[in-house]
Amino acid sequence: MRARKLTCAQAIAEALREEMERDDTVIIIGEDLVCNGGIFCQFRGLPERFPGRVIDTPISETSLVGSGVGAALTGMRPVVDMHFADFVTTAMDEIVNQMAKIRYMFGGQVKVPMVLWAPDGAGISAAAQHSQCLESWFVHIPGLKVVVPSEPADVKGLLKAAIRDDDPVIFFQHKRLFSRTGPAPDDDCLIPLGKGVIKRSGSDITLLTYSRMTYECLEAAQQLEQRGINAEVIDLRTLKPLDFELIAQSVKKTRRAVVVHEACLTGGFGAEVASRIGEELFEYLAAPVVRVGAKDVPIPFSPVLEQFVLPQVDDILAAVERVFKRSR
Amino acid sequence: MDIGIDAKLSLLKKMLLIRSFEEKAETLFQQKLIPGFVHLSIGQEASTAGSCAALRPDDYIISTHRGHAHILAKGGDPKFMFAELFGKAAGYCKGKGGSMHIADFSKGILGANGVVGGGFPIMIGAGLSIKLRKSNQVGMVFFGDGASNRGTFHEACNMAAVLKLPVIFVCENNGYASTSPAGKMVAGGSVANRAKAYGIPGYITDGSNVLEVLEVVHEAVEHARSGNGPAIVENETFRYKGHFEGDRQTYRTQDEIHNYKKERDPIQRFEWQLREQGILSDDLAAQARHEILTRIEEAVQFAMDAPLPAPEDALHGLLVNP
Repeated sequence: MRARKLTCAQAIAEALREEMERDDTVIIIGEDLVCNGGIFCQFRGLPERFPGRVIDTPISETSLVGSGVGAALTGMRPVVDMHFADFVTTAMDEIVNQMAKIRYMFGGQVKVPMVLWAPDGAGISAAAQHSQCLESWFVHIPGLKVVVPSEPADVKGLLKAAIRDDDPVIFFQHKRLFSRTGPAPDDDCLIPLGKGVIKRSGSDITLLTYSRMTYECLEAAQQLEQRGINAEVIDLRTLKPLDFELIAQSVKKTRRAVVVHEACLTGGFGAEVASRIGEELFEYLAAPVVRVGAKDVPIPFSPVLEQFVLPQVDDILAAVERVFKRSR
Repeated sequence: MDIGIDAKLSLLKKMLLIRSFEEKAETLFQQKLIPGFVHLSIGQEASTAGSCAALRPDDYIISTHRGHAHILAKGGDPKFMFAELFGKAAGYCKGKGGSMHIADFSKGILGANGVVGGGFPIMIGAGLSIKLRKSNQVGMVFFGDGASNRGTFHEACNMAAVLKLPVIFVCENNGYASTSPAGKMVAGGSVANRAKAYGIPGYITDGSNVLEVLEVVHEAVEHARSGNGPAIVENETFRYKGHFEGDRQTYRTQDEIHNYKKERDPIQRFEWQLREQGILSDDLAAQARHEILTRIEEAVQFAMDAPLPAPEDALHGLLVNP
């Protein structure tokens, strides 16, 4: 019997359906959910199945995110749909000053069990205000957990874990991965936050990545194999908490690392990973860690411009080459 | 609306408690025993005590940077409040919040918010949650005239109205947003006027008359509790102190403050009313003051004696599952 396949969009719907069935306090708050099943139709079927628990709001992101916080403080487990991750800018106070800080600021009196579900990423000519990867902003805020899955089984397992987690989680779902297919996990398969996964074993260099770039790194690793370089690919899956143990194990073995993300390079999460490897694993390194990210401009509209700005497999190959050139 | 003698005396005591707490906080701040800064509500007691008297113990409130009064009015304990102001481990927030961030979730106090207008969206969520749980509670979000100009206010009013949430927006219009006069900053004549735009009731009260505040807020609360949705109540009040302790108050005259105190002090006015009604005697008034002052002194002593947190406690309590 062939294993069941699943797209990321289906994984999201399944995770939500299962968690909403399991726990009456799980609700979804967002725009266009009831009439349209969400802007990407990812919530289709849920409003009918759970009447009253999928809540349409006006276009008021500030109130949308804030209402998630308020609901979480008073006994619910809201999943808040951001529509596009770019729109977090319209609710930054609610995310940064409220959602992230309330538990700590009030001396641990309360928990904030909510998920901010935010479709991010470029590659569909959505231009500068609908294409960003903003994960590094939130990694910088103590109190938030940040999830960046790549494959459907992980989307499902991590979303379920995020909903059950008692802390606020920002769940970045790359838009170009909605239709991506992969093997379905077993029922109720939870993936703990803070655990990365080795997608491909290798001994010569470690490619550290997450979200859509996981697939680009796997493609790069295949091409590297033809050049006699055996690359290990790690999908970090969660950026905070970060599975640095897994990173360290791999880098100690391969002695070389490249960090790859779609977000623009400067101030991106790659800087954090590279500096931490430098600080903690310097003696194991054969060469400096190299980062690959988008060019430091807003995401342009025209496909030719957009593809030029986004990191490509060739950029990963070039980075690996640089690492080997500088190896001692 | 006649609330009876006991309820009237308890309202008076609540106002006395708020004033005594604030006066003590002012002294302690001047003695440099309280770090950071404090925003006092002296003069606004009727607005806060009257509004909270319309609530059930399980109802929610969200407070502001000028929040001590709200916490006290909803049943917060001055012991843990002073301990928090001193940055002690025994404080409501274990010394992590301070004056602007006191919360007591066991009493429905969902926290004081240091961001002006930060509480509105959160109360929308509490309102949603009340509706889903069918708990028949209401949520009251306090704010000032200044916060009524933030987008959060308008988003929340609209959302509460379209979703018919049991939320009461209580504006304590003390005439100044920090140093800017409300008359120059609030378009449309009043904050309550804005209710029209959202098709919800809007009320203005004499915020120095505690019984009037209670009566009007009670109506708004019952409106919300009966499933009719939100309302805005604007209590016209006045703060005797600056925006924060140490504010030089160059934006207003001492006469303005003096005249208000003389003619409209909420505690004095209520005491006169109670004396006229034969409810309050000199003895009873003295006894009430003594009782409150003793409670405040005991609370301060508790807070003084309480230990400071260990420095490394700063690293605890961020996440439930780190």
